[in-house]
Amino acid sequence: MTASTTEQQEGGSGKGEGQNRSTILLHTTAEDHHVARMAAVALGLTILEGAIPSPLPGVKPGLANIVTLIVLARYGWRMAVWVSLLRVFAGSLMFGNFLTPGFFLGLSGALLSLLVLGIAQHLPSRWFGPVSHSIYAAFAHIAGQMTVVYLWLIPNAGIAYLIPIFATAALVFGTVNGLIAARFMEEAK
Amino acid sequence: MTVLQHIKPGDWLTLVLCSIGVVWLMLTLWTGELADKAVIRSGGKLFREVSLSRNQTIEVPGPLGISVIAIQDRKARIASDPSPRQYCVRQGWLQQAGEIALCLPNQVSVELVGNHKRYDSLNY
Repeated sequence: MTASTTEQQEGGSGKGEGQNRSTILLHTTAEDHHVARMAAVALGLTILEGAIPSPLPGVKPGLANIVTLIVLARYGWRMAVWVSLLRVFAGSLMFGNFLTPGFFLGLSGALLSLLVLGIAQHLPSRWFGPVSHSIYAAFAHIAGQMTVVYLWLIPNAGIAYLIPIFATAALVFGTVNGLIAARFMEEAK
Repeated sequence: MTVLQHIKPGDWLTLVLCSIGVVWLMLTLWTGELADKAVIRSGGKLFREVSLSRNQTIEVPGPLGISVIAIQDRKARIASDPSPRQYCVRQGWLQQAGEIALCLPNQVSVELVGNHKRYDSLNY
């Protein structure tokens, strides 16, 4: 895979000086296109999810993780990392929260859950399926977020009070997302 | 085709273990909130630390006079105080760990603490 998933870029440096105009062409593979397509689906789910009211800030179904799970099962961990991180970065640009605390919360959660998925994918597939992956990833997601919240935003032991709420949400939504991913892969076979 | 057939044996194991983990988190993080002793300060210095298990009244001297602290049924309150606005008296009974009543004019305070001291915006 090439370093970028951008299909084609035309960069004109300096509007007045015509001679400096240059064209950058990035050669992309079919795999890149696939990453972009899957990331786009994940983005769509993120936006859809933004319309669902949440009882507590931070408690979200994480529907985009369904895409990450499917990509992990079908195309491996590297592709899942691409899709997940593209979704985080592009999503933050779309919602206008790039480099805000919310962005770093999403990023830390995504990074830690990708790390855990990297380990969890080696579980014997005869016994463990997307449901397990999804639950572990969901717990890793809140663990990453809570760590950033505690170290950076609210360095107060009082947030421990919220951990059971987030853990319950992770268990429920992790299971549901895993089931959706498993069901989808079953039907697509 | 049911939804449940997508859950493999290991997934059930994951579900059960994680459920136990969540329940354990609830039990450890959501209990022990009730206070078990009161820390009484006068003039910024520790005056006494008393258990909430015994009902008693304690007289604490301050620059304006005597503040009376009552402890009853695992709760504590400032029963009387010479401060002009009586804020700490009107605060009533304190029950949860971390709750605090301050009589600033008389420099007397009562703070409830649990097994481990939790942080709040006052003492962080």
